[in-house]
Amino acid sequence: MLLGPVVWVLTLVICYFFLGHYWWFPPPISQHGQAYDAQFTATLWVTGIIFFLAQIALGYVIIKFRDRGGTARYSHGNNVLEVVWTSATAVLFIGLVLAGTRIWAAVHFEEAPADALKIEVMAKQFAWSFRYPGPDGKFGKTDLKQVNDQGGNPFGIDDKDPAGKDDITSASIKVPAGRPVELIMRSRDVIHNFFVRELRLKQDIVPGMEIPFHFQADQVGTYEVPCSELCGLGHHQMRTTLEVMAPADFQKWLQEQAAQK
Amino acid sequence: MSSPVMHSAHHAPTGFIRRYIFSLDHKVIGIQYYFLAVFSVFLGMALSVLMRFHMVYPDAKVSFFEKLWPTGAPGGIMTPELYLSLMTMHGTIMVFFVLTTAPQSGFGNYFLPIQIGAEDMAFPVLNMLSFWTTFLALIVMVAAFFVPGGPPLAGWTAYPPLSAVGPLSGPGEGLGQTFWIISIAIFCGASLMGAINFIATTIDLRARGLSMMRMPLTCWSWFVTAILGLLGFAVLLAAGVLLLLDRLAGTSFFLPAGLMVNDQILNHKGGSPLLWQHLFWFFGHPEVYIAILPGMGVASQLLATFSRKPIFGYRAMVYAILGIGFLGFFVWGHHMFMSGMNPYSAFAFSILTMSIGVPSAIKTFNWIGTLWGGRIQFTTAMLFALGFVSLFVTGGISGIFLGQPALDLYFHDTYFVVGHFHMIMGVAAIFGMFAGTFYWFPKVTGRFMNETLGKIHFYLTFIGVYCIFTPMHFLGISGNPRRYADFTNFDFMGKLMPIHTFMTHAAIGTMVVQFIFLFNLFWSIKKGKPAPINPWNATTLEWTIPSPPPFDNFAGKHPVVNHGPYEYSVPGAPKDYIMQSDPA
Repeated sequence: MLLGPVVWVLTLVICYFFLGHYWWFPPPISQHGQAYDAQFTATLWVTGIIFFLAQIALGYVIIKFRDRGGTARYSHGNNVLEVVWTSATAVLFIGLVLAGTRIWAAVHFEEAPADALKIEVMAKQFAWSFRYPGPDGKFGKTDLKQVNDQGGNPFGIDDKDPAGKDDITSASIKVPAGRPVELIMRSRDVIHNFFVRELRLKQDIVPGMEIPFHFQADQVGTYEVPCSELCGLGHHQMRTTLEVMAPADFQKWLQEQAAQK
Repeated sequence: MSSPVMHSAHHAPTGFIRRYIFSLDHKVIGIQYYFLAVFSVFLGMALSVLMRFHMVYPDAKVSFFEKLWPTGAPGGIMTPELYLSLMTMHGTIMVFFVLTTAPQSGFGNYFLPIQIGAEDMAFPVLNMLSFWTTFLALIVMVAAFFVPGGPPLAGWTAYPPLSAVGPLSGPGEGLGQTFWIISIAIFCGASLMGAINFIATTIDLRARGLSMMRMPLTCWSWFVTAILGLLGFAVLLAAGVLLLLDRLAGTSFFLPAGLMVNDQILNHKGGSPLLWQHLFWFFGHPEVYIAILPGMGVASQLLATFSRKPIFGYRAMVYAILGIGFLGFFVWGHHMFMSGMNPYSAFAFSILTMSIGVPSAIKTFNWIGTLWGGRIQFTTAMLFALGFVSLFVTGGISGIFLGQPALDLYFHDTYFVVGHFHMIMGVAAIFGMFAGTFYWFPKVTGRFMNETLGKIHFYLTFIGVYCIFTPMHFLGISGNPRRYADFTNFDFMGKLMPIHTFMTHAAIGTMVVQFIFLFNLFWSIKKGKPAPINPWNATTLEWTIPSPPPFDNFAGKHPVVNHGPYEYSVPGAPKDYIMQSDPA
């Protein structure tokens, strides 16, 4: 019978920590992030209430219906109740996922706006590289045989392609605030994953695929990027940063990089 | 009505080897599977404690690490690759050799034939083969610890290209990964053998009067689990063969062109890493239902027995088991929302995933409905069944977040996922095993397990697992990725270390507590209080035969069933239970 109060105490402690937001998301830096948080909160309330009621009910029946002599109620069930709680569950669960579809659609069904800034992402064991097209606006062709990590050419930009001469390579990713960005994500070896907590976005990066992924960051700041798909012994060290800059600062940075070429 | 088994039941086996080693008796085989799982769970637990220790003390010098793993832990400091290998083996051993053995092949082998009134399984020789093949698979898996290069580090999910290109992609990816694949392939063969046996037995060997809708819910869960196993393990076997070919025969099922691993350009072309994920998870999702359905069956059985009430909504419970089993084949893509697969299919998979929540919810409501108005007896077995319900609610609830691709955009590959599956598999399913052990121990041995030790073990474990796995959800909300050997490279993870430390201490404490159970189990075999043949006043057929049962279960008789499985507290009946084989 002690189990009843134990379940209640555990439930209250868990609810306390969820309500208190002691270890929580970092603040969102985009409209997508805000939509995400709203969907999470809706899910948390629905599931939290179900969790609370189910555990309290379990504790209650443990206490109230402990054996004190007497007879148990002989019943094979109640069809009306079954239909009611089954339908309610179905409506709530499916309703939640349908509500979230708008968020998923905005990320994956819609293409990046035409004026999005294109950046190539290259993941490898165990480092990130990013490539900007430079003043000519074109990415140069790449050739695996010309990859030279030590020599600053992780993408293997083909030195025979003039479009590649002004490409800017960076170990961290910088973007202007308030402007759509389209990433073109590639991996050289195994599956990796690009994750920015503050954007509320992540995407697996799969060898053999070039995966487009778009977002818009609205808040200036520097945000850590942890690789989020097991990629080998250096998985826990595969770190870079997303730096969201004021548009003018971003232009200045781009020009500085171009000038160095 | 003829039994394929009749001819072998004429005489009891003689000789030590025939009785205890290469036994054809489903009861002995069930016990063999059970102890294989007990060995595996302690091995898997030890690995997890090593993992949790390393996450919190990554620079600790521990001399016995160096003795065990001179290359993996030079100077006694565990390397990240050793951590990942221990993690890979932890997941593999727990999922396959614990959760896919004891609940189904352990308890199911022992009690399915008896609960349906049969003398043995339909195919006793196949049954013996299935155990020894599983045993061989375990030997090969343990051998992976000792081969040059050590065990693989690609996780229990073994995604290519990491798992497909050999030692180029990391230590352990040579012979270790190959042994891993071979072990899993052998395990697949064993599971297929067992699945055929369970299905044939359930369909063919039921006693007269035992219609499908009079079967105990344990039998329903073992039956549906076997169907899942038959279809799922077949696909895993195929996937394993393809992966082995990519590794050893130069094929490119999973390997695309343009790979450069560790500065070496590889010559593969035309393969897709996503193909592995589809094949693996087509197995992998039914697999998690294989892990939980038997525990649900045991929970239903015990909640009815110890509330002295029929199960609430037996028919709905059967449909829920069938629904979970059926829908379980259509949701594998929810493990792949972020994988780069078509986002429209992600939408389809998520609708189906949410739908699976419905039969699971039905079961939970019906368990509570069973308890309502009951006369609850708090034996240790019942405590574990009640704990199962609580843990199933907690673990299942976090699935509502993960089943939405919109939310998975953050939670994929974080500790939120780790918390979810540990609650459901690593705890609820295990509690199902504990419950079954305490419940059926008197039938297997003729003695009770010690109730005081049982209750102490239960409460400490119940609180302990909540302490270990609930905080993982907060780690996930904070964005802590999974499969990280340590958290020292990221500023945001530094703030989360107190949670990790708390979890590590809870894990060590909870592991120590499990030795209470181990002691209770072995001590009670010889010294437990003698038990009558129906100590729980339960209704199903196993409680009509002696403890331990004779070699052919019903001593040559054929029971006739006249009642449903949970006729407790029937108004007007002389006792508060009517056994299934009581006169009509």
